[in-house]
Amino acid sequence: MSEHKIDLTVNGHRHSATVEARTSLGEFLREGLGYTGTHLACEHGVCGACTVRVDGVAMRSCLMLAVQANGCAITTVEGLAKPDGTLHRVQQALKDNFGLQCGFCTPGVAITLATVLEDNPSATTSEMEEAMSGHICRCTGYQGIRRAIRQLAGEPA
Amino acid sequence: MKPAPFDYARPTSVAEACQVLADAGGGATVIAGGQTLMPLLNLRMSQPFILVDINGIAGLKGVSRADGAIRIGPATRQADALKDATLAQHLPALVTALGHVGHYQTRNRGTVGGSVALGEPAAEMPAAAVALGATIEITSVRGTRSVKAEEFYLGPYMTVLEPDELVTGISYPEWPEGHTVLFREVAQRTGDFALVGMVGALALEAGAIARAGIGWFGMGPTPIRARQAERALVGKALGEIDVQAVAELAVADTAPFDDHHASAEYRRTVGRRIFARTLRETLDIRSAA
Repeated sequence: MSEHKIDLTVNGHRHSATVEARTSLGEFLREGLGYTGTHLACEHGVCGACTVRVDGVAMRSCLMLAVQANGCAITTVEGLAKPDGTLHRVQQALKDNFGLQCGFCTPGVAITLATVLEDNPSATTSEMEEAMSGHICRCTGYQGIRRAIRQLAGEPA
Repeated sequence: MKPAPFDYARPTSVAEACQVLADAGGGATVIAGGQTLMPLLNLRMSQPFILVDINGIAGLKGVSRADGAIRIGPATRQADALKDATLAQHLPALVTALGHVGHYQTRNRGTVGGSVALGEPAAEMPAAAVALGATIEITSVRGTRSVKAEEFYLGPYMTVLEPDELVTGISYPEWPEGHTVLFREVAQRTGDFALVGMVGALALEAGAIARAGIGWFGMGPTPIRARQAERALVGKALGEIDVQAVAELAVADTAPFDDHHASAEYRRTVGRRIFARTLRETLDIRSAA
């Protein structure tokens, strides 16, 4: 077992910590730094709830070690809204269209959609839906999420 | 915290990585993207003493083209390979297969080499390596050797890799410009491992098939090359191919098994159908062109 000192930024805030090698990034964000917006569920890469942005790229925080995030810039769902509380347009679209039920999967969903749109502001419905295949909503609230996606793509709901 | 405890090393060169692997005496596991390994660690199905992270080795990333081959660094992210212009032009079959590997989020971290080296029999990358005739370059403190993809896989998650060895490159022979991609897979959900899948390429010359490379995934303990079907296709004019007979030959080379997702008989039946359909569609398009 080894411990490692890491430095990283989360939502623009710098953090330094010592982590055990086996600690996942998701667990470190939640337990080590208190960013409990990131939800861990299956912890083997299937459900997508724990998706965060690492150096601008959406990935599973359960399938990456905290030690591997040394030097990285992370965005969690807490970093999507503006500091004044204005929701990110993905969050607003999910809200407008009832794109969540219990909300457990929503942090990952929001990060994925925000990242797809950041990479390609004119992403189509089908491109966003393809990326959404990496998320499971166990309430099966998919129709609301799909309506939100259509709104984000500028299509009629 | 789910995995059993382990040490962690992040070497910055292949030589350093190989030394760590050698010193570990078989107790080390290499991590690249970790999209298959991390679940195995979290489930404690894998319990290495030390994890060797190769993401810090710059020389193991990227795509290059030389001497009639396309070389992919094993730590190249699947998402980066998917966008690579050289691969799009010269290895479209691989790019098509890459689009079906896991999900958007896992392709962003998962690597081509990680998937090739792990040898999941239902995964796209090992089958594509076998189908396209790739050679896998393996390095250890004892030196470097090359193994044909077809000889690399021994069983599910079992390969010829020794515990002290590292995959340092995957070379795919070039296929002629304008070759045809064959790809189809049947999975329960988008991004799941395939129940049955096939990937390959056909090169045509003067209305006949000049070269064929076709591989199965999910159809046995390893990816399997459809050798008999390839032999039946090469040299044939497009109009004289008996699609159903070739599909039978293709399935004859497989060794599917029963599991809780599907029976062996189901896999053979679906395999026969997707092979025939894919080949027929390809031939129809080519004949019409």
